[in-house]
Amino acid sequence: MSGTPARPSPRALARQRRRLALSGFWRRYRRHRAGLLGLAGLVLFVLLALAAPLLVAPGDLSVTRAPHDAYQPPAPAHPLGTDNFGRSLLDLVVWGSRVSLTVGFLATLVSVGLGTLVGITAGHYRGVAGAVLMRVTDWFLVLPTLVLAVALATVLSRSTLTIVIAIGITAWPTTARLVRAQTLAVEARPYIERSRALGGGHTHIMLRHVLPNVLPLVLAQTTLLVASSIIAESTLAFLGLGDPGTVSWGGTLQDARRAGAVSSGVWWYLLPPGAAIALVALSFTLCGRAVEGALDPRSREGR
Amino acid sequence: MSAPSAAPAAPDRGRGSPRRIAVYLAGRLLGAAASMAAVTVTAFFLFRVLPGDPVRTMTQGRAVTEAQLDELRRQYGLDKPLGEQFLDYCSGLLRLDLGVSYQYRAPVTELIAERLWPTVLLAGTGTLLAAVLGLWLGTRAAWRRGRVVDQVNTGLALTLWSVPTFWLGLLLIVVFAGTGGFPTGGMATPGVRGPAAALDVAHHMVLPVATMVAVVYAQYLMIMRSSLLTEMGSDYLVTARAKGLRDALVLRRHAVPNALLPTVTLVFLNLGQVVAGAILVETVFSWPGLGQLFYQGLRLPDLPLVQGLFVFFSAGVILMNLLADLVYPLLDPRVRV
Repeated sequence: MSGTPARPSPRALARQRRRLALSGFWRRYRRHRAGLLGLAGLVLFVLLALAAPLLVAPGDLSVTRAPHDAYQPPAPAHPLGTDNFGRSLLDLVVWGSRVSLTVGFLATLVSVGLGTLVGITAGHYRGVAGAVLMRVTDWFLVLPTLVLAVALATVLSRSTLTIVIAIGITAWPTTARLVRAQTLAVEARPYIERSRALGGGHTHIMLRHVLPNVLPLVLAQTTLLVASSIIAESTLAFLGLGDPGTVSWGGTLQDARRAGAVSSGVWWYLLPPGAAIALVALSFTLCGRAVEGALDPRSREGR
Repeated sequence: MSAPSAAPAAPDRGRGSPRRIAVYLAGRLLGAAASMAAVTVTAFFLFRVLPGDPVRTMTQGRAVTEAQLDELRRQYGLDKPLGEQFLDYCSGLLRLDLGVSYQYRAPVTELIAERLWPTVLLAGTGTLLAAVLGLWLGTRAAWRRGRVVDQVNTGLALTLWSVPTFWLGLLLIVVFAGTGGFPTGGMATPGVRGPAAALDVAHHMVLPVATMVAVVYAQYLMIMRSSLLTEMGSDYLVTARAKGLRDALVLRRHAVPNALLPTVTLVFLNLGQVVAGAILVETVFSWPGLGQLFYQGLRLPDLPLVQGLFVFFSAGVILMNLLADLVYPLLDPRVRV
């Protein structure tokens, strides 16, 4: 704001450059039809999760005073059928989207944050510190993640936060490896040397130069990770490690299995929650691939 | 690329010399040993230092007196100081003793040995089929990039990849429990003996293996596809085609062998996910393997059992990764040590 109209301030220049880059990114993203489809699905589910309190009355999810009869096949009053208590499955799926999406996003935030931190640090401080960090990363990478997540969820108390931690702690190594590779590539560029010569410290270089260059990659990784986090959440809930007090897609599937829906062939109890998980995961995966494609200079000619 | 004249300077440091191989092997073995040590320590402290008293968890929901709790603590060695417990645990591991399961009242090692083969059979068959299917379809998708074959294959793979393993299994059970056709649980029909037994097991394997393959093959497909696409841009393929080779031959003899290498590594690196798949598939289909044992251990929770399986699964994955590291130079002359 302080620059004169004749010579825009560096800040304004940077802002303009960023705007251009963003519109260019969107132009390339739009070329991926599957990516647009994924984005539409994603927006739909996020809106659904946000609007859930308007769509589902609090009493509709009560186990003791359920609004319908138990095990009803789909009908106009309950378009996806009812569960063993008489709750409408549509209500359960709508309400479950809140926990599933929240856990998916939070767990991804934890793992991407941790991965970016470790990745940049390991890439910046080469030598012993970096080597030790990468050794730890590699070690986490080979561990069977589900087993570790399950072990964590068993030991900690049952809550949604536990699930977030269990998934976040097990999913970060891939991000860390990617970010480290990108950090090494960025730090080899001459302007980093210039910044160092001008007296830029470690923190300055990592935050002002490396981080902005790593972020696009992190964004692509984030969208892909949300998909696997949502699947992981449903898996943990299905193994009985979720918070029994909340309604989530994996938890509903676990309830269905416990109630014997599988052997009695009550397919409408099983189909909607799983289909919701698959749709959300697919949406995020398609988005992630489109973001990757839009960022990758080699694939700018479209695929 | 060193000039030939430089080669005799250091004969024992050249490619493929015994010394180089020994250094490479020692490095990999040390790395694996360090990982294993870390797993050992994690497994112990994860289940003890974090909040929660194992004896209380064990007796959750049951009325027990303080004296009974103390008795249980003494029985499982939980009354000793942590350091001593750790030493007991480590020396136990060296003797392949993983402690005694709370719910089965049997040594964990014995339980694992009993359940190992069903899991190896299921996971091995599943991985093999998924790898073959993924490589084959990935090759076709890359070769016909952008065409219908590619779009259908990639789309189907991504969709199946997004499906939770256990849900797919449950759906298959619902479908096949209604129509018959394939058994939906267990590993064998009781009372079947002789050669018919092998056929019976194979029949029981159809649905669990199908579930596993459906969820796992997508990644192999995607990696093979992108790896082959990278190869297809290379000059040597243009040369091969310019020599007049048919497309099918260019693909089979030149592109695929090179694209295969990263995919094969991935098959080994993905074994952690195979373990996860096995746990879910076995739980859903009541397959009497390690995965189901793990699930049963979780429900109590049976800490020695879960801890033992944690160590065992991790050791298996570390061992497989070590194997991949050792085999890779044999497969790919470019990384020959």
